Amino acid sequence: MIPGKHSIAIAASILALSATAASAADVELNVVSWGGAYTRSQLNAYQKPYMAEHPEVQLNSVDYSGGLAEVRAQSEAGNVTWDLVDTLLADAITGCDEGLFMPIDVDTDLDPAPDGTPASEDFLEGTLLSECFIPQIIYSTAFAYRTDAFQNGEQPSTMADVFDLEKFPGKRTLQKSPINNLEWALIADGVPVDEVYDVLDTPEGKDRAFAKLDSIKGDVIWWTEGAVPAQLLADGEVVFGTGYNGRLFAAIEEEGQPLAMIWDGQAMDIDGWAIPADGSNIEEVKKFLRFATDTQRLADQAKWISYGPARKSSLPLVDKHAELGIDMGPHMPTRYADQGFLIDFEWWADNKDAMNERFNSWLARS
Amino acid sequence: MALPTYASPVERVWHYAFHIICALIFLFLIAPILVIIPLSFNVEPYFTFTSGMLAFDPEAYSLRWYRDFINNPQWIHSIENSVFIGIASTILATVLGTVAALGLSRPEMPFRNLFMGILLSPMIVPLIISAAGMYFFYSNIHLAQTHLGIILAHTALGTPFVVITVTATLVGFDHSLTRAAASLGADPTTTFFKIIMPLILPGVVSGALFAFITSFDEVVVVLFLAGFDQRTIPRQMWAGIREQISPTILAVATLLVLISIMLLATVELLRRRSVRIRGIVE
Amino acid sequence: MATAPADTVMRTVDGTPLKVSLRRAMRRRKLAALGLVMPLFVFILFSFILPIADMLFRSVENPQVVTIMPETTAALQGWDGNEVPDEAVFAALVADLVAGSESREIGKVATRLNYEISGMRGLIMKSARRADRLEAPYREALIDLDKDWNDISVWKLIQREGAPFTASYYLSAIDMRYDDSGEIAAQPTDRQIYVTLFLRTLWISLLITFMTLLLGFPVAYLLATLPLKYSNLLMIMVLLPFWTSLLVRTTSWIAMLQQQGVLNDLLVWSGLVSDDGRLELMHNQTGTVVAMTHILLPFMVLPLYSVMRTISPSFMRAAQSLGAPRFLAFWRVYAPLTLPGVGAGAILVFILAIGYYITPALVGGTSGQLISNFIAYHMQSSLNWGLAAALGSILLSCVLLLYYIYNRIVGIENMKLG
Repeated sequence: MIPGKHSIAIAASILALSATAASAADVELNVVSWGGAYTRSQLNAYQKPYMAEHPEVQLNSVDYSGGLAEVRAQSEAGNVTWDLVDTLLADAITGCDEGLFMPIDVDTDLDPAPDGTPASEDFLEGTLLSECFIPQIIYSTAFAYRTDAFQNGEQPSTMADVFDLEKFPGKRTLQKSPINNLEWALIADGVPVDEVYDVLDTPEGKDRAFAKLDSIKGDVIWWTEGAVPAQLLADGEVVFGTGYNGRLFAAIEEEGQPLAMIWDGQAMDIDGWAIPADGSNIEEVKKFLRFATDTQRLADQAKWISYGPARKSSLPLVDKHAELGIDMGPHMPTRYADQGFLIDFEWWADNKDAMNERFNSWLARS
Repeated sequence: MALPTYASPVERVWHYAFHIICALIFLFLIAPILVIIPLSFNVEPYFTFTSGMLAFDPEAYSLRWYRDFINNPQWIHSIENSVFIGIASTILATVLGTVAALGLSRPEMPFRNLFMGILLSPMIVPLIISAAGMYFFYSNIHLAQTHLGIILAHTALGTPFVVITVTATLVGFDHSLTRAAASLGADPTTTFFKIIMPLILPGVVSGALFAFITSFDEVVVVLFLAGFDQRTIPRQMWAGIREQISPTILAVATLLVLISIMLLATVELLRRRSVRIRGIVE
Repeated sequence: MATAPADTVMRTVDGTPLKVSLRRAMRRRKLAALGLVMPLFVFILFSFILPIADMLFRSVENPQVVTIMPETTAALQGWDGNEVPDEAVFAALVADLVAGSESREIGKVATRLNYEISGMRGLIMKSARRADRLEAPYREALIDLDKDWNDISVWKLIQREGAPFTASYYLSAIDMRYDDSGEIAAQPTDRQIYVTLFLRTLWISLLITFMTLLLGFPVAYLLATLPLKYSNLLMIMVLLPFWTSLLVRTTSWIAMLQQQGVLNDLLVWSGLVSDDGRLELMHNQTGTVVAMTHILLPFMVLPLYSVMRTISPSFMRAAQSLGAPRFLAFWRVYAPLTLPGVGAGAILVFILAIGYYITPALVGGTSGQLISNFIAYHMQSSLNWGLAAALGSILLSCVLLLYYIYNRIVGIENMKLG
């Protein structure tokens, strides 16, 4: 073994490898999203048609599991490699405040509705909450249950049923996070959906929420990855589970699992696009963003996954599932909006540090 | 450990009990690894034996998950990544580690313990701390989410093993041999290849194998440093276990067990060879 | 020297005293040895040690407030903390808020301060958004905007975190905090977690160390006393797990331990538990302990075995021939001789156990999580990197202390690798 020669050869091959990573296309954009069925729906509705129209653009699909960790690290390092990020509204607000995402002018950077309504009026009310965030879908986190779990003929339908271990015994799976769980605990405890955050803002309200969660703690399996609850429900390891409604839709309609939704108390949230500040392809990204957020494209996404488009003009265009042929309307969380609540981003932005600590401490105590 | 003929009944009972206990411990060691092999041929998407499998019904077995594995471009890509990163970091670690071990084994080496302590620290520092540190630092020098960054990180993690195995082959090395070679007119290169290399070769190779398996098996650093393009087999398994557990992972695991058996056999042969060369009686 | 008269000093051919010449040769050889070690040393320094040092520095670094709100920080220097500051401080704050929202960096201050007092994010962001429309006197204007500006604890917080270095991450890491009056106090009990977590990590690591010793000792003893041709064969059963991927072994334990898994199936089949009464062996501490004992067992067996091989069987025979019963002979003669192996194995297993991340994350549920899992959580989810660094440096200190002890007792280079 001749060390000198070898290490030079290796160094050369490593350099060669990093250099050849660039492909033939003129522009390469890294589009970051959540992976799985969700990314697939975006590829079908946005990326594939865009690349067909613009052969000079190569859109790479990158998966991540949410949060601002990577965006912040890239920004601190001055090495922004992500061009467009699919993010939750709450993260977009924080990222926008910290200068991690760049502001987007909705009316100049995006197309108006087909009838000429400017984009700023076409997006659903209360969704344009950050100047860095372009809403894409309304999704919800809701409970599903196994329809074969309860023999005596009674089926659960309300949040109170979910927390009722006597009437509906068995394991539940909840997300390992205080967000939503505290709200649901209060709803199950009898707080009307529109007063949840008023109650939660008081110390007594927080205690009340944790006390209610305490009542089912022993029967909860906590999940962290979005794919897990549907899996646990399908395997029969749990009888109730919270999950993103699109994933639960896939389990119920595409896989035919014996599950049913409980829309009562659903926690609606907004997901959309944000552009990391200081990226190197801002103009090209904006072109793609304009395409991917127009009325038709947003409606197209709903053919592949049961999330509601964020534009009013897209709603009437929502059609049937592209492969199953079922009508997607009844599977849109927006249809059951009055039974649930919209997550209060401001409240969580202020309280998430303290609530996370308290939640983790509560979890650790057995 | 044969039982003497004069053993008392208590000793007799204890003797057999001891062997049963040992057998159970060996079972504990080996059973979990072997159990996944038949499970990976399960025709059903479960992690346990079906009644068909227990009845040895051929219908209950299939290569379904192996087909899944081969037909999935993400898995194939992860194999390429693992092999490339593994080989590159192994070569780097072996060269750096062997040279350093030669220095550390010289009787004149100053601050030997201090250097040894620092050079072996990557083996001891909890991976989560190494990974977190590398995450920030490598991002700053634009090495995060590149193959090169992961190769360098894995090289750092692999070198302690090379240092240890090569140093071990040099224990008891008679340094007058190199001086004798030099006094007979051999230049340092000749001395290295004619005198030292044959002696340390088993240590170098087994150190290289350790470095390779370290990189091949490593997931924490990859979790922090790798982008989608650098996903390795363990990273893919991690995602699989956390997100969507499927028997495809068992198929991959079975293949990895076969690889470990091969590596283990190689190391064992090398160790015996090294012992024989140095004339150490075990 | 050359002109000096002939003396008794021995000299080399060129006239240098032999002592000097030898010293020179020695130095050359020392440098040559160092030269061989240097490439790796420099590599490890830059690819490993510096990154970790850089990360740990984040546990005390506190640049957000001082760099983004420089005027407020300066104005608060002379503030005595007895009552709400005067107009000058409020004016400095408004100037900083305006500049901070223009540079779009004020959110970093909001994030930083919200770690300490909930609601600071909202207060800062709300004020920053309207700062350019405020008019003097700023004191009234800001308090009018949000009455929290009339709260002394808010100002004390800004003054305290306006320092370029902070102890608050370390305080959080040991369940302490600054209270409203700026004194160090314990966290409210419903938010305490890390002390328990450290204790749990130590306890689980100790338990695993004990379990590996309990299981490893008989195996090592058997291997050391069997004839080589058998022991080499059995050794493979120890080495195979050692060489098998960590994720493979963790996956195996998931297949073994889960409720619909192999072990529960066996128990149900044998009638020991009913089908509804399947045991929860995973997603709790049991899962972590069982899987990690298995994963770390080879690290106990190998050092034990290498020590036991060196113990001559004649010691036991001598003791027995002197009348000691077998067990007594074992306990009084053999066992003490194995202590170096026990120490080496125990410290090694303990060091590896307290930093474990992957296995607890996959089979530990909530009660089987260790400190590493929380470091990862703060790195990747909560983004409180200062706290992650503080927890990490406490963990690292424990490990380095043990490493030092291990190095003193065993000598790290004597570690056996199969």
